[in-house]
Amino acid sequence: MSAGPLIEIKDLRIRFHGDDGRITHAVDSVDLSVANGATLGLVGESGCGKSVTSLAIMGLLPKQSSEISGAIRFDGFDLLKTADQTLRDLRGNRLAMIFQEPMTSLNPSFTIGDQIIETILRHRGGSRKGARDRAIALLRRVHIPSPERRIDDYPHKLSGGMRQRVMIAMALACDPQLLIADEPTTALDVTLQAQILELMRELKAASGAAIILITHDLGVVAEVCDEVAVMYAGEIVERAPVDELFSAPQHPYTVGLLGSIPRLDRRAEQLATIEGMVPNMAQPPAGCRFAARCPFVLEACTKAPPPLVEVSPGHVSRCIRAPLELVVS
Amino acid sequence: MALLEVEGLVKHFVAERSLLGRARSHVKAVDGVSFSLEAGKTLALVGESGCGKSTVSRLVLRLIEPDAGSVRFNGRNLLSLDADALRKFRREAQIVFQDPYASLNPRMTVGQILTEPLALHNLIPSAKRRERVAELLRLVGLEPRLARRYPHEFSGGQRQRIAIARALAVEPKLIVCDEPVSALDVSIRSQILNLLRELQDRLGLAYIFVSHDLAVVKHIADRVAVMNLGCIVEEADADALFAQPRHPYSRALLSAIPLPQPHAKRAKVVLQGEIPSALNPPAGCRFHTRCPFVIDRCRTEVPALSADRAGHATACHRVNELPPADTILAVTDGFSPTLAKLIAAFSRKTEGANPTGVGIQSARPTTT
Repeated sequence: MSAGPLIEIKDLRIRFHGDDGRITHAVDSVDLSVANGATLGLVGESGCGKSVTSLAIMGLLPKQSSEISGAIRFDGFDLLKTADQTLRDLRGNRLAMIFQEPMTSLNPSFTIGDQIIETILRHRGGSRKGARDRAIALLRRVHIPSPERRIDDYPHKLSGGMRQRVMIAMALACDPQLLIADEPTTALDVTLQAQILELMRELKAASGAAIILITHDLGVVAEVCDEVAVMYAGEIVERAPVDELFSAPQHPYTVGLLGSIPRLDRRAEQLATIEGMVPNMAQPPAGCRFAARCPFVLEACTKAPPPLVEVSPGHVSRCIRAPLELVVS
Repeated sequence: MALLEVEGLVKHFVAERSLLGRARSHVKAVDGVSFSLEAGKTLALVGESGCGKSTVSRLVLRLIEPDAGSVRFNGRNLLSLDADALRKFRREAQIVFQDPYASLNPRMTVGQILTEPLALHNLIPSAKRRERVAELLRLVGLEPRLARRYPHEFSGGQRQRIAIARALAVEPKLIVCDEPVSALDVSIRSQILNLLRELQDRLGLAYIFVSHDLAVVKHIADRVAVMNLGCIVEEADADALFAQPRHPYSRALLSAIPLPQPHAKRAKVVLQGEIPSALNPPAGCRFHTRCPFVIDRCRTEVPALSADRAGHATACHRVNELPPADTILAVTDGFSPTLAKLIAAFSRKTEGANPTGVGIQSARPTTT
C-alpha cells in the first residue's frame, strides 16, 4: 500500500435540474477516500445518492441536467476537470465499473468475446488474436467453464450469474486500479451471490485493486469490506472501519438499519423500524436530515446541520449526540 | 384438521409445441409437492428462482390449474369447485404480490381499490363501505384520509400496506404472500414484516410465505419447506430447520447468506455450477449435479421425502451419513453488547413516540 489514497473525493455536491425547474440535491458535501487495495462499502437505501456518487466518479452523469462541484482526485487527475478524451482513456482502463443488471448492461447483438476484446483493443492495442487470448484467460479467471467455446456466445445464452461473471471479466480486462461495483449481486440468487462474492475476494487478493462496493445489503458489506460509509439523503452520516460499524455504530440511522434487518444469527420478536419518510430532497431540511425520524433527537438537531465529528480514530459520525453510548447509558 | 392440505401437486408448462400443436417439451415447474398448513400458522416456501415456489402458491389458490394432485381447504377439494363455489372460496384465501407498483390499479383511488372486494362479495351494504375502508386502512397503519389518493402518490412500503389491506377486506383465513418484502428497502421491509406478524396475532391468519431470503423466513415462519427444481427437499419446523438443517441444499442456502457480522466464524458451502434447467431436470436426485456429498445412487434413484418422528422431513439418500451442520451455523449472537443496547433504546423511543407503529407525515413517494 502506498502512502496517499488512490482516490480522494472532497466536498462533492451534485444537483439535478428537473424539467419543471425544480432542483434536487442528490449528493451534498461528500468526502471519501480509498487506499490502494482497500474495499470501501457505500451503504444506504434507494435514493440516498450512493449510485449517483459512483456515476460522478466515472464521469457518467448527464452534463446538461446535472451540476457537480467539489473535487475527485484520482492518481494526479481531478476527474471533474479532466477532458472527455482523457476520461475515455481512463474509463474501462484504470477505472472500471460493474453494474447491477447484467441483463441490460451487455449488448445483446455482440458476442461476449467481441465485447471484452473491444475493451482490450481500445486501451491496450495489439493484435486481435492477442486480445482474444487475453479475453479467454479473463473468462477462465472468473471461472467460466470452457471459455474457449463460451467466448463466441451471445449474452442471451448465458444465465444471470454467468453474465455477471462476464461483466467482471470485462471490468478486469485492463487491470483497473479502482473497481466500482454497483449492487453487483442484488439481481442474483443467494448461492450465485456467494460465488460472485468469493470471486471478488479472490480477485482483490490477486490484483490489489481498490474496490468501492455499493450495496444496500449489510451482510455483503460485513463479508467483503474493510471500511464502510453510510449515506442518508445525499450525505455521508457515518464512516468507520467495518468491525466498529457493526459493533458500535455512532449514528442513529445506522443503529436503525442494523436493528431492522432480519438475521440468521438471531431471532427477534420485533424488528426495529425507522419511522417516517426520507425528506424531500428538493427542499432539504435546515438541520440534521435524519432529525424527523430520529428517536434521540434534540431541539438543537433541527436548527443547524450537524458536522461530521470524529468519535474515535477513523470513525466519524454526523450526529451531535455521538458517542451514542453516553445517550443510552 | 389442517386448514390446507396439498397432496402430490404437479404442474408442467408446455415450453415448445410442434407444428401441429402437440407439446414437445415441458417445464416441470412443480413435480409432486405435498404439505399441510394449520390455521393461524405460517408456512414458508423457500428456494432459488425457478424452483417452483411461486407456481405452488398460485396452484394453491387455483389461479392456475394443476395437472395432478389435490388441494383441500377446510376439508373441501378445491379442484372440484364450480365457478360459484370458487368465488366463495376467494373470500377465504387471498394473495399479496411481490411488486406493489404493478399490483395496484393506477386508475383507481385507494378507496375504490379497497371497496371493490367488498362490493364483489356483497359483504357490506354500500352505505357502510366507506367506514369499513377507513377501518382497513387503520388496520394496516395508514390514515383513513388517504383513501382519496391514487397509488402513485404512495411509496413502495405504503403501497404494500394497501395491497395487504385489500387482501384483508374479505376477512380471509389464508393469505399467500409472494415475496412481499423483496422489492422494499431494508427499513421499510422490517415495518411490513412486523405488520404481517401483528395482523396474524390479531386476526388468526394463516400465511403461505414465499421467499428466497432465509433470514426473512426465519423471522416469520412456523414451518419451512425448502424447494429445489419443483420438489420439496426438506420440510420442518422453522426452529428445527435453522438449528439443524439436514439436506445439503438447505445447508448451502443457509451458509450462502452473508451475515451482518464481520469475521463471523462459520464454514461456507459455496455451490459450484449452475442451477440446472427445469426443462430437463437431472435424473435421480435433482440436486446431485451441485451436491458436495453426491454418490452413485443419487444419480439414478430419486430420494423420497421421509419424515422422522418429530416431523422433520428430508429427501436425501445420505441424510444419516452427513456430517453435523454446526460448522455452517453462526455460533455467536449477532449483536455486540453496545449494539444491543443501542437498538433497544432506538426501538423503545420510536414505539413511545408513535404507539401504532406507523407514522405518516406525508404521502409523497420517496423512492426514486
